[in-house]
Amino acid sequence: MPAIFPRWTNKIPLAIGVLAPLALAGAVGGIWYYFSPKFTDAGYRPRQPVPFSHKLHAGDMGMDCRYCHNTVERAAHAAIPPAQTCMNCHSLVKTESPKLKLVRDSYTTDEPIPWVRVHQLPDYAFFDHRPHLAAGVGCSSCHGRIDQMTIVEMDQPLSMGWCLDCHRDPEPSLRPRDQITNMLWDPAVDGKNYDAAKDPSRTRQVNPPEHCSGCHR
Amino acid sequence: MATAYHDELDPLLGRKNLVEGGVSYHDITEAVATPIEVPNSRWWIAFLISLSMLGVLGIALGYLFWMGTGIWGLNNPIAWGWAIVNFVFWVGIGHAGTLISAVLFLFRQKWRTSINRASEAMTIFAVICALLFPTVHAGRPWVLYWSLPLPNQMSMWPNFRSPLLWDVFAVSTYFTVSLLFWYVGLIPDLATMRDRAKTPMRRFAYGLFALGWRGSTRHWLHYEKAYLIFAGLATPLVLSVHTVVSFDFAVSQLPGWHTTIFPPYFVAGAIFSGFAMVLTLLVPLRAWFKLGHLITIKHLENMAKIILLTGTMVGYAYAMEFFIAWYSGNPYESYAFTNRLFGDYWWAYWTMVSCNVITPQFIWFKAIRRSPLALFVLSIFVNIGMWFERFVITVTSLHHDFLPSSWDYYSPTVWDVATLLGSFGLFFTLFCIFVRFLPMLAIAEVKSVLPQADPHYHAPHHAPTSGKEHH
Repeated sequence: MPAIFPRWTNKIPLAIGVLAPLALAGAVGGIWYYFSPKFTDAGYRPRQPVPFSHKLHAGDMGMDCRYCHNTVERAAHAAIPPAQTCMNCHSLVKTESPKLKLVRDSYTTDEPIPWVRVHQLPDYAFFDHRPHLAAGVGCSSCHGRIDQMTIVEMDQPLSMGWCLDCHRDPEPSLRPRDQITNMLWDPAVDGKNYDAAKDPSRTRQVNPPEHCSGCHR
Repeated sequence: MATAYHDELDPLLGRKNLVEGGVSYHDITEAVATPIEVPNSRWWIAFLISLSMLGVLGIALGYLFWMGTGIWGLNNPIAWGWAIVNFVFWVGIGHAGTLISAVLFLFRQKWRTSINRASEAMTIFAVICALLFPTVHAGRPWVLYWSLPLPNQMSMWPNFRSPLLWDVFAVSTYFTVSLLFWYVGLIPDLATMRDRAKTPMRRFAYGLFALGWRGSTRHWLHYEKAYLIFAGLATPLVLSVHTVVSFDFAVSQLPGWHTTIFPPYFVAGAIFSGFAMVLTLLVPLRAWFKLGHLITIKHLENMAKIILLTGTMVGYAYAMEFFIAWYSGNPYESYAFTNRLFGDYWWAYWTMVSCNVITPQFIWFKAIRRSPLALFVLSIFVNIGMWFERFVITVTSLHHDFLPSSWDYYSPTVWDVATLLGSFGLFFTLFCIFVRFLPMLAIAEVKSVLPQADPHYHAPHHAPTSGKEHH
């Protein structure tokens, strides 16, 4: 009877033995790196309809975050300002700038500016800005150095593991509650001299939830 | 069978012959391999019926994935409905295969040789059906990998204190070991099929899986060592898998579930239902494929005895549950069992007892345990009874829980029924494919129990090589 398989097929088991672990390691490594929100989400920087520069407003001019995102301490959601907020100043400065045409149109027509959302959590994740600010988590802890961004991008992955890293060990991310919007407050430098447990302005200690229904309600 | 209760005896050992009709080695190869090679219209009928039932499963699961588990009859106290009932039912059926292949092998029960291949195949297909149910019961099968300890961006880790997680490992280990054991046993027969193959396609397919088997002494030496090791590995699994399945219930603190008798009771029930399913499959198969001289009445009788033994153990467990419920003096436990007997689901309980405790008692009668037809009918009753056992355990304990305000009655929807029917479609489709392409008897092993295989065998001087002329 002639051989069904040519002689080289004897090498297949050896090849599988060598290649299968490599392929497995490649798959694990590939998924670990490319499927991670650090790769898929962090760094997301969509083009916005109005070329608003946070670097100019929050950085160079030093405006406080809460001038525009005024609900952040009182509501779950940090408000995106209406065109009226922009026009507080831009009815006086750069009134003819073509870059601001959409803002003026929005002001007169009451049609909202179609901003592209940068930080978006899934619907099944319950997130509230209030307790985070009350606990003394700074804006820059999650949003990065907004004051240096001409176009806003996602600084952190906002993955569940990333949330839990802080919920399980909140101390390094806490700062004095009057420094929340201070972009220059550096946890690595200023944080060394700060101990939340000894802060007299805190009436109770931080106790972030780690159970499922803390965030999935 | 005119000479009803007289089996052929081995002239040398004086024990019952495991292969009847004085066949030769070659006759066995022909008897097993020919049905695989020659198209068979009866097979097509069975296959198409099974395939259409599998289609029902496809529709039921498609609609389930689209709509969610709300299409089932689940309600507030009964979150475990037919999906769990069917899971335990199928895992239980999957127990006979490994018992036959591993435990009986270690105990040198040579009568296992002609039934082990089909039983192991049955085991694998039953475990596939079983694995289907927790998968779809979770509601979101696409995130099933959450049940595995894989590092992930959610920092989520399985709860190792949960018996449901133990189940994941117990059943998947069982499946892997059963599959490998089955495959190792198949290799010599695959080589036989390869050598007999007439078409290049068949030659390639059988040749690929035969792994270059030539039947040399060295091959057999390795093979038998591997087979023994697998038997040793698989033996504890026979006990562990259903023990862990019983923990799904026993570890929770619910009257009717929280009992220490559950592990042995579940294992006995599993072997009971598994052997019943083996009979359900093999009784028609041995008639259709004319394998009565290889799967003899003696084999059926032995299996019937195991059914009688395990069925009686199950009956004892039922009685003990009631005794302990009374003896413990725990009013909740007593209520749970009174509720089983006389509550809303009394009909399910009495179906279970009739099928599982009363039916096997017929096996005491020799005429019944030597009648393939009677055994087939009995095995169907056992299958029904064992399904009802899981239904009774799951539903009666849940439907009256600790809060009377949440008590409710559970009834399945058409989608529950379609999924169960469909799982039978999956099972029988796989089994049909098995029967069509693989030797359903272990050819090489059956040859080893022929009288000729005994080193002390002396052929009678005038005996023909094939003994068929005797009859």
